[in-house]
Amino acid sequence: MPDTPRSFQDVILRLQTYWSAQGCAILQPYDMEVGAGTFHPATTLRALGPRAWAAAYVQPSRRPTDGRYGENPNRLQHYYQYQVIIKPSPPDLQDRYLGSLAAIGLDPLLHDIRFVEDDWESPTLGAWGLGWEVWCDGMEVSQYTYFQQVGGHDCRPVSGELTYGLERLAMYVLGADHVMDMPFNDPASPIPLTYGDIFRQTEREYSRHNFDGADTGMLLRHFEDAEAECRRLLSFAATDPKAGNRANVMAHPAYDQCIKASHLFNLLDARGVISVTERQAYIGRVRALAKACADAFVTTEAGGGA
Amino acid sequence: MPDLLIELFSEEIPARMQPRAREDLKRLVTQGLVDRGLTYGAAAAFSTPRRLALAVEGLPAASPRTVEERKGPRTDAPAAAIEGFLRATGLTADQLERRPEKKGEAFFARIERPGRPAAAIVAEVLEDAIRTFPWPKSMRWGAASADPAALRWVRPLQSILCILTTAAGVEVVPLEVGGIAAGAVTRGHRFHAPDAFAVTGFADYATRLRSARVILDPAERAAAITHEAGQTAFARGLEVVPDPALVEEIAGLVEWPVVLMGRIAPEFLHLPPEVLQTSMREHQKFLSVRNPATGRIEGFVTVANIAAADGGAAILNGNARVLAARLSDARFFWDNDLRTVATEGLEGMGRGLAAVTFHNRLGSQADRVARIAGLARTIAPMVGASPDLAAEAARIAKADLRSQMVGEFPELQGIMGRYYALHAGLPPAVADACRDHYRPLGPSDAVPSDPVSVAVALADKLDTLARFWAIGEKPTGSKDPFALRRAGLGVIRLALSNGLRLHLLDLARAAGAAGEAEDLLAFLHDRLKVHLRDQGIRHDVIDACLAMPGNDDLTLLVRRAEALAAFLATDDGENLVQGFRRAANILAQAEARDGVEYSFGADPKFAEDPSESALFAALDAAEAAIAPALSAEDFAAAMRAMAALRGPIDAFFTAVQVNTDNAVVRRNRLNLLHRIRATCLRVADLARLEG
Repeated sequence: MPDTPRSFQDVILRLQTYWSAQGCAILQPYDMEVGAGTFHPATTLRALGPRAWAAAYVQPSRRPTDGRYGENPNRLQHYYQYQVIIKPSPPDLQDRYLGSLAAIGLDPLLHDIRFVEDDWESPTLGAWGLGWEVWCDGMEVSQYTYFQQVGGHDCRPVSGELTYGLERLAMYVLGADHVMDMPFNDPASPIPLTYGDIFRQTEREYSRHNFDGADTGMLLRHFEDAEAECRRLLSFAATDPKAGNRANVMAHPAYDQCIKASHLFNLLDARGVISVTERQAYIGRVRALAKACADAFVTTEAGGGA
Repeated sequence: MPDLLIELFSEEIPARMQPRAREDLKRLVTQGLVDRGLTYGAAAAFSTPRRLALAVEGLPAASPRTVEERKGPRTDAPAAAIEGFLRATGLTADQLERRPEKKGEAFFARIERPGRPAAAIVAEVLEDAIRTFPWPKSMRWGAASADPAALRWVRPLQSILCILTTAAGVEVVPLEVGGIAAGAVTRGHRFHAPDAFAVTGFADYATRLRSARVILDPAERAAAITHEAGQTAFARGLEVVPDPALVEEIAGLVEWPVVLMGRIAPEFLHLPPEVLQTSMREHQKFLSVRNPATGRIEGFVTVANIAAADGGAAILNGNARVLAARLSDARFFWDNDLRTVATEGLEGMGRGLAAVTFHNRLGSQADRVARIAGLARTIAPMVGASPDLAAEAARIAKADLRSQMVGEFPELQGIMGRYYALHAGLPPAVADACRDHYRPLGPSDAVPSDPVSVAVALADKLDTLARFWAIGEKPTGSKDPFALRRAGLGVIRLALSNGLRLHLLDLARAAGAAGEAEDLLAFLHDRLKVHLRDQGIRHDVIDACLAMPGNDDLTLLVRRAEALAAFLATDDGENLVQGFRRAANILAQAEARDGVEYSFGADPKFAEDPSESALFAALDAAEAAIAPALSAEDFAAAMRAMAALRGPIDAFFTAVQVNTDNAVVRRNRLNLLHRIRATCLRVADLARLEG
């Protein structure tokens, strides 16, 4: 591999290779619409309980209000995050993180890399942690967090979480000024493709969908459905007759519904039908689901409760 | 005399927490040492993003031996009590002393404690300081965090350096906290000199750090940044906009500051300077660089944490690109907002305020704007503003809350409104009101003086106060979620600094305080007392003036209070108050005893003593002077006239006895005292002054 990446996918592949070499399980994206890599159960749920864990993955993420019809150089309603989670947080996590920047061609004696205070909080997940946003030459390239609480539970032990905004990071490394102009595959490929070749069309369509198209009545109904289904799944008795009457709590299926509710709320927000006062109430409802799922997960085998 | 050096080496400490952390470390350690008998010569604390350090000079090698004498139970007390005393003192029975006491013989223990070596005390003190360190927010980390009692620190603590240095050598203090054993080792700059090295004392530590590209002293880093930035700008004919708070913050973000200066691309130079500065300062922590010839912001200074191999070219290039992206956003918002203003005006821009809830019991922002506009119209004539202009200004003053720029940069509220109003061709007074009606934002913020801004600013604050009062949402204790104390102080400062003659009770009612108007006025009086106390006026002086009519006119109230304070500072004033008090006391006693009020008017024909006649004459003269002075609101003149009574009152009390046997003369004298009291009370309620 040359010293610096030549394409968006090269950045991703280098991160995958690096974190694989660091001993992380390289997972695949979660197959649901989420607002950030943190929502992947490999982070949210696995940050809970005593069991050691190390995973890294790309997560397509959706932020409906950030749609700009593919025009804005930096904003997208669909983008990629690279997520690393290691529990317990290793003592040399900062060094390992800096190693990942070196792997994508950022030399810390040539670029100004800084850890700037940024306390992370997710009101919808009932989660918070302390850490930094990492700046490279004045640009935020990652979020670095020591999880203290998730779903209302203290993290014991604490996980270290790294989140890279892949488009922004890659644009910087590749020197692209507009995300749509960034090479997606190698520019020397027989069929070179830019980010725009792949995503301009969808950005346009989804921007219209998010702001004007989505049926708010349906979204509201689906929100209520997801909320009810999450509660219903968690209300089952713990013992499962078809699994030899052992405990078999449906924490993950319930959490899927929590993820759905969260994304539906984001869409409703983009459609502008949620007032300032209602907003808090909706966030509170999603948080209540996240907490209920966390409560369920910590009783499971993977959650260290069985 | 050993010197102590402590360094707590961690992952990056937030810049804003470092100043307080330095103070806390110094306080906790030095106090702990002194409490345990270790005095010291001097102490100094330092910080970088990755370390908190403390140097303490001149400790004794050990704490002094102490002797404590403790009284125990009586010698004939039950055996259990005596055993308890032995346990508590750690002595044996034969070591106790018997001494006679008033109630019989008692045991006494003499407890001698040998001095302890400094290292043991330091270990104890530092462990305590680390475990109880008052970080605003702290965290757990790593494998140890499985235990709820795990050590907490602001970010993961990586190593502890703790040594005592004497001429004989270096002693590592035996200490282990959260699995970290103290040593004599630290590290240099994260990238330039990451290897560990040992140090022998503070001077050695600071020197070695400097060779390892770390400047330990934050003040030195800040000074270096200011100096370098100034030099770099000057070399290009530019100047740095001074911003000591930002420089201090930057100094907390770098161990090895390297100043780099860049230019703002020409396509952004037409943006308002506040927009440029907000993008640069708040988001990038850049200092702004101004062209002294044009006064325009044309460049920026960024401070890197490394001396890059390419001289900082890549860093500067990266920072410039980030800034360009931010400013592109800002320009996009600016252009869109100007388009909205051009097509729909500011009223059109603010239309969306109807959808924004101000408070669920007080309606939307649009409802609030309508109320403020009505109130501004009412207030306008009282502050010399045109009612139409004031109402117009109030209607558009909050429109920018719906602009894209303020949506992205909330700190630009009001400032953008002013620019947009100017672009809409509105009168400058109306445009200024957009920016200035939020003022004053605090005790030291400037107070608007333009009448239109004043009218809207007052209307804004009075609406907030009156409406929250009406729904019972008053500040209590430390809880003031709607910043009503700030709004109250705002009303006070607007009235006083503009010399406004307002009837706040009427205005509070007009603003919707309804039955709570009196209570709101009392709140404003309380805030006024705090405000005047800060200016050195005694609270009882204010009370004496608050008791006078027209006290909802704060300007009048303060004029009276200032005159009274000045009067009391004179010899005449002090003595007159004594005379007044004497007259009032005698009168009050007589009135209580006789069950009547001596307010029939005294008659000079019953005057027996020349001093009595003189007092009549003096009162005639004083009253004649006080009445016109008061109607002219010349309180100083009224007080001067009152001061002229001092001599005659003193002479009167020296020469005559009020409670004489002659009932007629006595009654007349009491009526005369009543006249003194009434005359003085016209100026201020002197009875409320504290003796």
